Amino acid sequence: MKCAPFDYVRAASVEETVKVLGEADGDGKILAGGQSLVPVLALRMARPAVLVDVNRIPGLSSIRRIDDTVEVGATVRHSRLAEQTEHPLLAEAARWIGHTAIRSRGTAGGSIAHADPSAELPVVAVATGATVTVTGPRGSRDVDAEELFVGALTTSIEEDEMITAIRFPQPDRWGFAEFARRHGDFALVTAVVTEVRGRPRITFGGVGSVPQRAAAAEQALADRRPAAEIAHIAAEEIEPTADLHGSVEFRRAIATEMTRRALAQFDSVREQSR
Amino acid sequence: MKISFSVNGERADLDVEPRRTLADALREDCGLTGTHLGCEHGVCGACTILVDGEPVRACLMFAVQADGASVSTVEGLQGTDGELHPVQEAFVACHGLQCGFCTPGMLMSACHLLDTRPDADRETIRAEMSGNICRCTGYQGIVAAVERARADMRDPAGPGEGPVHPWEVTFSEE
Ligand SMILES: Cc1cc2nc3c(=O)[nH]c(=O)nc-3n(C[C@H](O)[C@H](O)[C@H](O)COP(=O)(O)OP(=O)(O)OC[C@H]3O[C@@H](n4cnc5c(N)ncnc54)[C@H](O)[C@@H]3O)c2cc1C
Ligand code: FES
Ligand code: FES
Repeated sequence: MKCAPFDYVRAASVEETVKVLGEADGDGKILAGGQSLVPVLALRMARPAVLVDVNRIPGLSSIRRIDDTVEVGATVRHSRLAEQTEHPLLAEAARWIGHTAIRSRGTAGGSIAHADPSAELPVVAVATGATVTVTGPRGSRDVDAEELFVGALTTSIEEDEMITAIRFPQPDRWGFAEFARRHGDFALVTAVVTEVRGRPRITFGGVGSVPQRAAAAEQALADRRPAAEIAHIAAEEIEPTADLHGSVEFRRAIATEMTRRALAQFDSVREQSR
Repeated sequence: MKISFSVNGERADLDVEPRRTLADALREDCGLTGTHLGCEHGVCGACTILVDGEPVRACLMFAVQADGASVSTVEGLQGTDGELHPVQEAFVACHGLQCGFCTPGMLMSACHLLDTRPDADRETIRAEMSGNICRCTGYQGIVAAVERARADMRDPAGPGEGPVHPWEVTFSEE
C-alpha cells in the first residue's frame, strides 16, 4: 500500500520543527531516517497531515565527547555510530541494528523516539544511564532514559517536542550479547552489563515492553557472586512476554545464556584494564 | 514539489507529490524499472539503490528527500560500451540468479560491499548479503558470485580466479 497524502516541510532548524509540529496540533510527525516511520505510513497505521524532515538541520549530526559522556546528535546515522571509536559499547550495539542499508538511513534520535522494545539503542541508553535532550515550544529539558520509555513504542516525549541529542556516559567496563534469529533482525533478547560511575547495571532488551533492569542481579554482581548465579537471578527476575518467536521459558533460557556471555565480556575487559 | 537529482550521472527534474517514494519516482517518473519493489517495508532489499554512495532502501525514502542527491541504480552498472559490470558478469557466471527479481538489489548491495570492503571474506559476504531476500537461489550462487567478483575486481586482467559454480565451493560449517 502507499502512504496517504501529507504536507512535507524540510526543516532548517529545531525551532522551525517545533513550530510546525505545534501548528499541526498533534497531526504532525518528525521524519528522520524513515526506517520505522515509512513502513507505518505505508500500512496507513498512521496518516499524519504534515511530515517535518529533520535530516538537513545543521548541527544535529555530530558526535562529541563531553567529560565522561559521548553526546550523539539526533540525526547521527547508525552506520556512523558503528564506526566511531569514542564509545565502543555504542559501536557494538549499532552493528547489531538491521542491515547496512537500514543503518545508512536510521538515526539515533529516531531509534530512541520510536522506542521499539527489541531495538538496541534504547537498551544501551538505559544500560549507561543516558540523558536525552528534548526541545519543545516551552524550551529544552533533559530526560533520564529510564523515565523516557513508558511502554512499547511509547515515550514521555510530547507531540510538539523533538529529541536533539542523547548523552551516553562511558561505562568503565561493559559486556553486550544479543540473540536474534538472523544477524540484523530485531533482538529476541539483548543483555548489557555495564559499570557506570562505579555502579554495576544489568539491562535487558526484547523481554518486555521497555528496557528492563534486573536489580537483584545487579546486587549479586556488586557482591561478586559467580556469573552462573548472577545470570540465573537475572533471568528469574525479568518479566519476558511470549510471542510468535518464543515462549516465556525460552526467553528466560536465552536471557540466562546472554547474561553469561555479557558477563564474560565484562570480566575480560576488567582483566585487560588491570 | 519540484525537485532535481542525478540518476546514474544524468540530471532528472521531477514534479512529484511528497508521498511518492524514491522507488516509485525512479520506476514511474524516470522510467528506470530496474529497481524492483517486493515488500515496500524495507525488509526484502529488492529496491536497494545507492544515494550519495550509501546503500538505501528506495521504498523507505521519499523522492523529495533525494533533492540534490546523486542516485545510482542497477541501470548504471553497465558501462557506456554496453559491457557488464564485473559483479553482473559474476552473477551470470556463478548462477547468482534464477527469476532475477531480487537481483537488482543484490547487485547494488554487492557493489557497495566490494567498494567499501574489497577484502571481504566469505563470512562478511554472507552476513552482508543476508540483508537481501532471495526466494529462488538458496544464496549459494550469490555468495559465490560476490567472491568471484571480488577476485575479478582486484585483478581485472586476470582470468576469473573465483569459483565458477556454486557447487565447486566448499562450505564452512555454520
Ligand atoms: C528491515 C528493518 C530492520 C530493522 N532492524 C532493526 C534492528 O535490528 N534494531 C533496531 O534497533 N532497529 C531496527 N530497525 C529500525 C531502524 O533502526 C530505525 O532506523 C529506527 O527505529 C528509527 O529511526 P529513524 O531515524 O529511521 O526514524 P523514523 O522512522 O524517521 O522515525 C521513527 C519515529 O520517531 C519519531 N522521530 C524521529 N526522529 C525524532 C526526533 N529527533 N525527535 C522526536 N521524534 C523523532 C518519528 O516521528 C517516528 O514516530 C529496522 C528497520 C527496518 C526497516
Ligand atoms: S521493496 Fe524496498 S525493501 Fe522490499
Ligand atoms: S533470483 Fe528469484 S528471488 Fe532471487
